Amino acid sequence: MGEVPRLELIGITKAYPGVVANNNVSLRIMPGEIHALLGENGAGKSTLVKFIYGVQKADSGRLLWEGEEVPIANPNAARKLGIGMVFQHFSLFDAMTVEENIAIGISPELAKGDLTGRIREVSAQYGLPLDPGRYVHTLSVGERQRIEVVRCLLQDPRLLIMDEPTSVLTPQEVDELFKTLRRLASEGVSILYISHKLEEIKALCHTATIMRMGEVVAGCTPANETARSMAEMMMGANLVSPERGERMTDGKVRLEMMDLSVASSHQHGTDLKAINLQVRAGEVMGIAGIAGNGQRELMEVLSGEVPAPDPLMVQIDGTPVGRLGPKDRRTAGTGLVPEERLGHGAVPDMSLWENGFLSASTRMKLLKNGFIQVGASTGFAEKVVERFRVKTPGVTHTASSLSGGNLQKFIIGREIMQDPGVIVALQPTWGVDAGSAASIRQELIDLAAQGAAVLVVSQDLEELFEISDRIAVICEGAMSEARPAEEMTVDQIGLLMAGVADGDGAGSGAPTAEGVPAHAD
Amino acid sequence: MLIRLEQRPEPSRSMVYVSPLIAVVLTILTAMVMFEIMGVDPVRAIATFFIEPVSTLDGLAELCVKATPLVLIGVGLSFGFQANVWNIGAEGQLTIGALAGGGLALAFYNEEFFLLVPLMLLAGIAGGMAWAAIPAVLKTRFNTNEILTSLMLTYVALLLLSYLVHGPWKDPEGMNFPESRLFNDGAMLPILIEGTRLNVGAAVALLVVAAGWVLIARHIVGFQIKVIGMAPMAAAFAGYSEKRIVWLTLLISGGCAGLAGTIELSGAIGQIVPVISPGYGFTAIIVAFLGRLHPLGVLLAGLLMALTYLGGDSAQITMNLPNAVTGVFQGMLLFFLLASDVLIKYRFRLGAPRVHEIAQAQGEAAE
Repeated sequence: MGEVPRLELIGITKAYPGVVANNNVSLRIMPGEIHALLGENGAGKSTLVKFIYGVQKADSGRLLWEGEEVPIANPNAARKLGIGMVFQHFSLFDAMTVEENIAIGISPELAKGDLTGRIREVSAQYGLPLDPGRYVHTLSVGERQRIEVVRCLLQDPRLLIMDEPTSVLTPQEVDELFKTLRRLASEGVSILYISHKLEEIKALCHTATIMRMGEVVAGCTPANETARSMAEMMMGANLVSPERGERMTDGKVRLEMMDLSVASSHQHGTDLKAINLQVRAGEVMGIAGIAGNGQRELMEVLSGEVPAPDPLMVQIDGTPVGRLGPKDRRTAGTGLVPEERLGHGAVPDMSLWENGFLSASTRMKLLKNGFIQVGASTGFAEKVVERFRVKTPGVTHTASSLSGGNLQKFIIGREIMQDPGVIVALQPTWGVDAGSAASIRQELIDLAAQGAAVLVVSQDLEELFEISDRIAVICEGAMSEARPAEEMTVDQIGLLMAGVADGDGAGSGAPTAEGVPAHAD
Repeated sequence: MLIRLEQRPEPSRSMVYVSPLIAVVLTILTAMVMFEIMGVDPVRAIATFFIEPVSTLDGLAELCVKATPLVLIGVGLSFGFQANVWNIGAEGQLTIGALAGGGLALAFYNEEFFLLVPLMLLAGIAGGMAWAAIPAVLKTRFNTNEILTSLMLTYVALLLLSYLVHGPWKDPEGMNFPESRLFNDGAMLPILIEGTRLNVGAAVALLVVAAGWVLIARHIVGFQIKVIGMAPMAAAFAGYSEKRIVWLTLLISGGCAGLAGTIELSGAIGQIVPVISPGYGFTAIIVAFLGRLHPLGVLLAGLLMALTYLGGDSAQITMNLPNAVTGVFQGMLLFFLLASDVLIKYRFRLGAPRVHEIAQAQGEAAE
């Protein structure tokens, strides 16, 4: 085209102790181009973006902005050039209004004058409905993201960086966002779109740069690729789909929630509202939902960290356990995988064997007369490491020394090795490399096949469809009716996630009572 | 060539133990420079400070007597500090413990019986625990900050001591001095080495160190303390009760301080006086951290800290050095310890990072 690239990176290298995050990375983005930066967690995407946005310095390499070499010392300099960024984690103040949040995030000159008017103007122009006077804590996650986008757009960016923008959105919200992004591109704005969701990249992006272990391994035109081929480039290996046997939906009920209502213990949390759900032996139950709709509260009440108001509200194998704490829940046969690996599921600075002891002490009898059986605990941790192929030099190494995927394999392995009758996993593959994620999913399916009831809470719909026998959706603390996964579509789940419809019309016959299995196949 | 600090992939275990030694060496070197500038022979000053006090049997015994309360309190505090329970009021718990044990001695001032000393020690423990129970109740029921409550209760305890020795417990035959009666021999701890002040209290401290070591390394309570301190959410996940640990750690540290108070009275002082402790309860906080919050480390740190007290005295007597030297030594020790602690998580490297080496290692690790 003979055009000058909006942004060109040449030979960017950045090393951290023990890791080369970026090794000789080059990248070129043209005006009006939507460019995907694709890679597994830890492939070096974030490091590269931090460098572009002036958050971090590279060890070597050149950055050309519209053909000229410019130093970007800090995010302010980046914004001055016309680089805007929407982070995965928002930086918003809950107790302030939309307008106030926008005002503190932009330069003082820009905040002067009729900011309200300009916010309305921009949000109308790009189809981003937003009320400047609303308080942030009253907004949905999708609306919060709009604040960040509008904040960027007010600064007339020429390059917009979006870091995993869709992980918090419903499928419908994703469509809306894509419309906005396409429109911006048509006006000449370049967009650097970071994601590992391949279908989205196929739908949205003109070109893609694929990174693996800090290096650029391929460039492609997503429209000409399949999701599978891109995934294989990303992983550098062949992708294996989980294997599963017959679906089981008529086993005996192992985990039951009965009119489970709990007030959230967190500020701006979500109360659970009369949840009724049964998970049966041999079944994987998937719970879909946008983050912050009660998943955390559900996990807390199922783990016993927060007791339910009534013992009958949570039952394991017919025994009411609602008032019991985590230790007794485990004795009753619950395995638990919290969302946060470091700090919740494991103590970062403790060794693997100590972290094994943490949740397995009672069920595996690793405690005698109040004393820790070090030999038995070490043996248990070694078995977990061996069976679940956790990469570590040994079980005396700390949990924090493991990669996210390996630690997650250890945590899930630790729970599975205790032979639980019920396992509850929150975001089991979040931030885990694709290889580990595949093996974790397989383990959960296998556990169900052995007769356990498996409850998986996830925001990743692809994952849920892959492993679940039935799927229910949690929205604002209320749970939709669980339905066989093959009878549900992404659209229905999306509507349920947004809480706009009951998602009916699935053609699954007459609405069944809560938890009664609809007979599939 | 450029020297850089580089983060270690994993905290170094050996550095945890080496860094206090580095701190001691740096303290001695800096002190020698300081003495040189003051016009004092550095080698002789260091010898006076660190060797002379412990060159005689009597000196060694004195060292143990001084170290006993520091070690006892330090071990107790280390549990709480590991669980992020900040008991700053050990001085007050020591005082109440001493009053409980000493009160018993006064109640039986004209009776000698075998069980008196054990009962006094138990009373001391109970007194310290009771005083520490106040911040525990306030924290677990009303979520008050134990740093403030335990510290403020120290002043209450000191005023109570002052009231008792000036009033009800004053020795009726004591010429109106603010002191209690002298304890009878049956209320005094047995001396271990004749002719010195070394008493059974030192042995008790060693027992507490050993028990503390077992508790923190192998017992479920120690494990819970560590988990709560390092990752409170993981503790909740495992089902450990934070309230229970707050109670336990405050009672343990209060009990240890109360025991130290009684041992100080019935081992060294022999009566209740207006000043029972020269701030052992506060110095023990430094001892606990210097000792890495580990019982064995606390033992060594307690001895070292006791030595700086004795060394300060002997430097004052034989070399006419100001008493402030003790404070300077303790300050430098802490300063260098904190500085060398950086080496636990970081290491020195020369030059810029070598990308290819790291890339290679990375590739190998991925195999």
